[in-house]
Amino acid sequence: MKILVAIKQVPSRDSQLRLDTSGRWIDEADLASEINEPDAYALEEALQIKEKHGGEVVALCAGPARASQTIREALAKGADRAIHIENDDLGRYDLLGVARLLAKAAAGETPDLILTGLQSDDLGYGQTGVVMAELLGLPAATIIMQVEKTDAGIRVKRELEDGWFQHMDIPLPAVLTIQSGINKLRYATLMGIKKAKTKEVKRLTSVDLGIDAVPNVSLDRVYLPQRAKQTTFIPGSAREQAAKLAEILKFEVRVL
Amino acid sequence: MSILVVMEVVMEQSRLTWHRMSWEALAAGQELGRQMDLPVAAVVLGQGIAALAAELSAKKLDKVYAIEHDLLAGYTADGYTAALAGLAAQVNPTLVLFPHTYQVRDFAPKLATRLGKVLISDVVRVRLEEGGLVMVRQLFQGKLNADYRASGAGPHFASIQAGAYRAEMVEAGSAQVETVTPVLEAAAIRVKVGAPFRESQRAVDLTAAELIVSVGRGIKEKDNIALVEELARVMGAELAASRPICDNGWLPMERQVGSSGQTVSPKVYLAIGISGAIQHLVGMKGSKAVVAINKDANAPIFEVADYGIVGDLFEVVPALIEEVKKAKGL
Ligand SMILES: Cc1cc2nc3c(=O)[nH]c(=O)nc-3n(C[C@H](O)[C@H](O)[C@H](O)COP(=O)(O)OP(=O)(O)OC[C@H]3O[C@@H](n4cnc5c(N)ncnc54)[C@H](O)[C@@H]3O)c2cc1C
Repeated sequence: MKILVAIKQVPSRDSQLRLDTSGRWIDEADLASEINEPDAYALEEALQIKEKHGGEVVALCAGPARASQTIREALAKGADRAIHIENDDLGRYDLLGVARLLAKAAAGETPDLILTGLQSDDLGYGQTGVVMAELLGLPAATIIMQVEKTDAGIRVKRELEDGWFQHMDIPLPAVLTIQSGINKLRYATLMGIKKAKTKEVKRLTSVDLGIDAVPNVSLDRVYLPQRAKQTTFIPGSAREQAAKLAEILKFEVRVL
Repeated sequence: MSILVVMEVVMEQSRLTWHRMSWEALAAGQELGRQMDLPVAAVVLGQGIAALAAELSAKKLDKVYAIEHDLLAGYTADGYTAALAGLAAQVNPTLVLFPHTYQVRDFAPKLATRLGKVLISDVVRVRLEEGGLVMVRQLFQGKLNADYRASGAGPHFASIQAGAYRAEMVEAGSAQVETVTPVLEAAAIRVKVGAPFRESQRAVDLTAAELIVSVGRGIKEKDNIALVEELARVMGAELAASRPICDNGWLPMERQVGSSGQTVSPKVYLAIGISGAIQHLVGMKGSKAVVAINKDANAPIFEVADYGIVGDLFEVVPALIEEVKKAKGL
């Protein structure tokens, strides 16, 4: 099976976020980045499917030059090659525009299966996989917790709300958005890291793909949310905070 | 020129009923209808939905569309997209609103794409400003907010986050029901969908717990779970967790709180090292009192916390264990 995995680089989870001077995005200058967590699970799932059924795993990433670090990590974990849609100003595209870039690059590969994380930790639209599928005319399924190959295509386990699940049979080619926790993530081996250096990374630009930014939707302003809730913050050292909280639990909330 | 609200139907004990978030989306639609002076219509899709449509006809709406078809008996993205694309072409709405449910995540982006549009997903507030609608949504799992603007002619699409609008605000009234028969072909539905199931009988019922100590990724390692286990033990509380803790297998899945786990409402919910992503909040914000311990003063969990401690859990929790023991005379 030829599997394409769309991965994204995002700011590291514990980053202290600061707004930039434009007020439209965060200051990315000193931010560490990492692979979007659900995308890491999508990559792992692709690698496991390949190990079971053979084929090829191609990582696809749209992002600035520094995203090549995330691509190298995907190659080190076992992706066979990668496509980097290099663009330093993806913010000019709306989510449909970015999905168009990805879909166009994906179409050139004619994969059997396209996987991606169910949403990104930064923008959090949760739509890219579904929009790509529609652009490519493929069926899609979201929030996937299990993938099995069948004679007719694949059978997936989709997560529903409140702890419910459901199975779905889908013909290939198809697009799946993968939920965190579907598998156990692997670490790159030393051997993998060495090999990654020799693997092919194809670079494409929006010009190569022939897709301009014509946004329908614009992000006008980013800001800290206003807190509506009156939280009583307990000051002091850890010991003082703990003592005060125990007192509150005993005498105000009365649960001790 | 109108606002269309797409209601979600769920099967409960083999009866069709409303997804609770549908009413929140409807409340948003009615509020915007008043502000923008636009007619508001609601849509329900399925098979055997006459009773549901009748229920909607008792709301303050200009129209209720009941899209009836055998092929809509169960949800599929293909079926829903085709049916709603047909209705959108007929009605030409300015704005289409959805509740931001898992099902909407599955088909609404596809519908918007089919019409060459962008869905603004997981919106917490819609504001009318000079020059058009501003949709507010969260970035970075609730750490920041952002204003989005949709340009050009409609229809614009937005899905409304759980709890952003209040279901009780839906206004009663009366509306006519128009039954719509969409053009659907069985061959156009490419997937086969199985019946919903639960993984196993839940051994732990957190919904009955009066005290919950809940742990998140701030705990860092599996070995550190013992620390919060000890706190739960001395407090006489049930132990719960955010999703990543269960994904990692540090605690069993049945202890997960949130949209894909359990919904709890204890007297006290003590959130330790949990950031407060919306998918977690929906599972615990009904708690009588919420206490949060987090090293990040800007963590969204404080938005729902009655009491907050900004600090390092590895210092605060050991101290708290001692203080609770003292308070209980242990
Ligand atoms: C469809 C879908 C369904 C989901 N369902 C659920 C669900 O049911 N339940 C759920 O919980 N999540 C769910 N999630 C995931 C959710 O979006 C968040 O990713 C998750 O809740 C984050 O867990 P967390 O708060 O433990 O981790 P993080 O977001 O990583 O937060 C860790 C927190 O710990 C704090 N911290 C770190 N170190 C310390 C320290 N030493 N002392 C004190 N504080 C510290 C940090 O400041 C941070 O706030 C779902 C997501 C999706 C997309």
